[in-house]
Amino acid sequence: MKSLRVSDVKQTYRGQDFDVVVVGAGHAGSEAALAAARMGNKTLLITINLDMVAFMPCNPSIGGPAKGTVVREIDALGGEMGKNIDKTYVQMRMLNTGKGPAVQALRAQADKHAYHSEMKKTIEDEPNLTLRQGIVDSLIVEDGECKGVITNTGARYYAKAVVICAGTAARGKIIIGELMYASGPNNSQPAEKLSENLAELGFDLERFKTGTPPRVDGTTINYSETEEQPGDEKPNHFSYESKDEDYLALKNQLSCWLTYTNEKTHEIIRENLDRAPMFTGVIEGVGPRYCPSIEDKIVRFADKNRHQLFLEPEGRNTEEWYVQGLSTSMPEEVQQQVIRSIQGLENAEMMRPGYAIEYDVVAPYQLKPTLETKVVKNLFTAGQTNGTSGYEEAAGQGIIAGINAGLRAQGKPGFTLKRDEAYIGVMIDDLVTKGTNEPYRLLTSRAEYRLLLRNDNADMRLTEKGHELGLISDERYDAFLAKKERVLAEIDRLDHVRVNPSAAVDELVTAHGDKPLKDGAVASVFLRRPYVDYQTLLQFIPAPDQPLGRHEIEQVEIQTKYAGYIAKAQANVEKMKKMEAKKIPANIDYDAIDGIATEAHQKLKKIQPETIAQAGRISGVNPADLAILSVYIQQGKIAKVQ
Amino acid sequence: MVLTTTDFDTIAAISTPPGEGGISIIRISGDDAVEVAQRLYRGKNLTKVDTNTINYGHIVDSQTGDDIDEVMVSVMRAPKTYTKENIVEINCHGGIVATNRILQLVLSNGARLAEPGEFTKRAFLNGRIDLSQSEAVMDLIEAKTDRSMKVAISQLDGNLSHLIRNLRQDILDVLAQVEVNIDYPEYDDVETMTSRLLREKAIKVHGQIDELLQTAKQGKILRDGLATSIIGRPNVGKSSLLNHLIHEDKAIVTDVPGTTRDVLEEYVNVRGVPLKLIDTAGIRDTEDKVEKIGVDRSKKAIDSSDLVLLVLNVSEPLTDEDRTLINLTAAKQRIVVLNKTDLTPKIDLVELRQLVGTSPIISTSAIQASGLEDLEEIIAHMFFNEGIENSQNDVVVTNARHIGLLNQANQSLKAVVDGLESGLPVDLVQIDMTHCWDLLGEITGDSYQDELLDQLFSQFCLGK
Repeated sequence: MKSLRVSDVKQTYRGQDFDVVVVGAGHAGSEAALAAARMGNKTLLITINLDMVAFMPCNPSIGGPAKGTVVREIDALGGEMGKNIDKTYVQMRMLNTGKGPAVQALRAQADKHAYHSEMKKTIEDEPNLTLRQGIVDSLIVEDGECKGVITNTGARYYAKAVVICAGTAARGKIIIGELMYASGPNNSQPAEKLSENLAELGFDLERFKTGTPPRVDGTTINYSETEEQPGDEKPNHFSYESKDEDYLALKNQLSCWLTYTNEKTHEIIRENLDRAPMFTGVIEGVGPRYCPSIEDKIVRFADKNRHQLFLEPEGRNTEEWYVQGLSTSMPEEVQQQVIRSIQGLENAEMMRPGYAIEYDVVAPYQLKPTLETKVVKNLFTAGQTNGTSGYEEAAGQGIIAGINAGLRAQGKPGFTLKRDEAYIGVMIDDLVTKGTNEPYRLLTSRAEYRLLLRNDNADMRLTEKGHELGLISDERYDAFLAKKERVLAEIDRLDHVRVNPSAAVDELVTAHGDKPLKDGAVASVFLRRPYVDYQTLLQFIPAPDQPLGRHEIEQVEIQTKYAGYIAKAQANVEKMKKMEAKKIPANIDYDAIDGIATEAHQKLKKIQPETIAQAGRISGVNPADLAILSVYIQQGKIAKVQ
Repeated sequence: MVLTTTDFDTIAAISTPPGEGGISIIRISGDDAVEVAQRLYRGKNLTKVDTNTINYGHIVDSQTGDDIDEVMVSVMRAPKTYTKENIVEINCHGGIVATNRILQLVLSNGARLAEPGEFTKRAFLNGRIDLSQSEAVMDLIEAKTDRSMKVAISQLDGNLSHLIRNLRQDILDVLAQVEVNIDYPEYDDVETMTSRLLREKAIKVHGQIDELLQTAKQGKILRDGLATSIIGRPNVGKSSLLNHLIHEDKAIVTDVPGTTRDVLEEYVNVRGVPLKLIDTAGIRDTEDKVEKIGVDRSKKAIDSSDLVLLVLNVSEPLTDEDRTLINLTAAKQRIVVLNKTDLTPKIDLVELRQLVGTSPIISTSAIQASGLEDLEEIIAHMFFNEGIENSQNDVVVTNARHIGLLNQANQSLKAVVDGLESGLPVDLVQIDMTHCWDLLGEITGDSYQDELLDQLFSQFCLGK
């Protein structure tokens, strides 16, 4: 592909020195830069276009199952995404309310323009953080250590650690039907040179593909032909610091609208498959299974006669609407036909066509759990660069990469989250251990301890860590400790208070088909009955000295009602911890170990797991290989002792 | 995950040679060794006793309340033990039946059956054995783990693994549906996996695993003995064969008290295989009184047998009675015993071979005590290598590890049903369903989460 660059600068110049340089100000880069700066590092955030800081090139929404929990985890670690969406949402909705506490998930529709400008403002206001426009062409690497970056304008910025969050800009290529051109997301400039530099440094790069649907003009949508999908009346926010009283009244929220494709839509697509880049071999990148294009859905699920489409507003001050479910790279006129075939969109005007975009990815097996690369020291990567998809996934890695870059700049040891501590931990472990052959999306089913990784308890899991890192203020930390203390005290009290038999109790239990209480029951045991909630329980026992807040009650209920399952999950965690405690030395020589199966040998060598547990999660490494590996390590240990 | 965390399980095995000697030892090693033993022990509280003590008490089946055996229990606490873990050794009164019963109890109370060499492996992994010994241990571990992996997977009965894979697929369909409901709550094309549906599925799979477990001959046999009848016309030598078998095993001759039936059962140990001899009284009656054979009585004995020893007199031609008995036993696992080889053979061996098909035929002389070795050899071979065929179903579970896993799988399914009945949401009890799926995967050797994701995306059209 020809370069867009007409000519390069003739000479470079030395810019300021920084502790940390973050390349790319999307969702990963914004979190990375804020975290590093808030930890006291002089930080530079450099990005191709300042008008696209924390831009949402795909759907204008944040959260959902697993992803929403990640947002709360970021918040508990002192990150920005939760606060930023709480300031800029146009609709808030709790999903899976009919299910258990482990899978309830908050999702917001964002005003994408407000989201961007709010995040940009926060970054601008951050004392240690410099925001600058520019394209990083290459890294300054000496003796395998990254020392800084060089921009297209010739600036050399030296730093103790560098974080790359290049997103789909990395040698990005947009495809619409037969049209193909070099481009970053949303027709921004691509980063054409950085990938080449990474390849020269010895990185194994892969090519991924993602896509986005067309946007339509809301003034031409016939909403009456679609179903309204309103937000929630009941307040909920992502950030633990946001207040219920600030929640938008339902009348001030914007609705989404549901419609469907139909046989006619499918026919149009089938007739034009010979022009679909997905099927003509034009697209080489691997696309995500969970975010297929509409043409892909129609080919793969030929027997389905309709697919859901959600119309989502892109913001308050725009009439652009995002057509969720209609991601496509068909030629523009086919897209227009497809849109017009849909109920409610018969007269809709397409404002921007959907497109597919191909981009470069650093194969994530080359990363450590801190997101530092194994290839170049002091270099970290996050977000789509690591093969993930989604704003939340990007932000979750961003904060970890930023924290670790900051710690490195300060000469401190790295920070990681384990699979039982956070979805972020699950995601990073999956990436560095298993790799991914498609854009990686978090799903609740990826977390084996999802009952512990709930949407409601991210603060319980991570606030302490955020505080230790210096990302959570003392004030917030004290408030958290007080909450935790009240929750534990109440759980303990319920173990010691009894519900005595009474007419009211009998009436309640018999109404639900249970036998009347004979001798009463311990309050915590009584609370485990499905029809008893904390407020009901309080009718039968004395109230605590200080009444509990809504979030505290939620903790007491969940931790009491599901104690048995939580204990089961914790028992499994304990088992895993023993394996995590078995470290594999960094200098291990796999060639010197006899008896490991060939496939396992190759994978261990490539991935270089840090613990026996991590080795066990690599597909193709079986228990026999683990036993042999353990023995080898044990030998080394014994030898050292002697 | 499940496969690789087994290195920290509490493990147990019979550490004395099977079936021999007056005392057997069951060894338990691991963090929970003492707690596991305490669950089936009546006597002093083992969790409170000092390390390196021997304690007198009883092993009790907590489900039935039965006393199993009078035992001495040694408690040795970590780290100064062979494996550097907590170790409990239960010294019981030998005898394969009692010993196996205790082992089964240990296994159902939280321990896992140790793989060959696993105690030594732990001793090594925990640094108990020093470097000079490590080469040898290395070889051992390699051989043992390799073998156990292969045994677990390649020796697995083809039909069984097929059946398990079908069960897993059933469960996977359910799990995928639950996951889709969670991860794509607004996706309207997939039926919501309701409590009722999940409960139905769990009960269905539970039933199927139950059926499988009923075929778990070795488990049943280890617990109850291999039901064996000695069948034959009067005076063919049943009694001498019986006496020989009983004589071989001095340790176990157990009357079953309190039975109202007139059928007595006696246990004998043939090379580690516990035989439960059926209707030994009948054999003695008919032989002693030279009564005409009670065909009804024979039928009854045959029906309740896993193994039939059909005794024929080699010195006489086949009679109609013999042929009747051959027909009656045709569907059973059967060994044809040609007795009285000390006399001139008159039996038509060609006809006999046609009549009995593939059943093994061995020649013995009960009087001269010859050929009895061969008989024992065949019984042991049938039991350990082939497994005794079940006449109802061609899939049988013979491996103790599989039985253990199937039992655990069923416990998980029971937890699913219990959870749903107490009103817990689907996505919580699904934890137990997933556990069941993992356990079954350990039988077939596949336990990868990726399977679930593949299922999700191939079955449902998901995405934005």
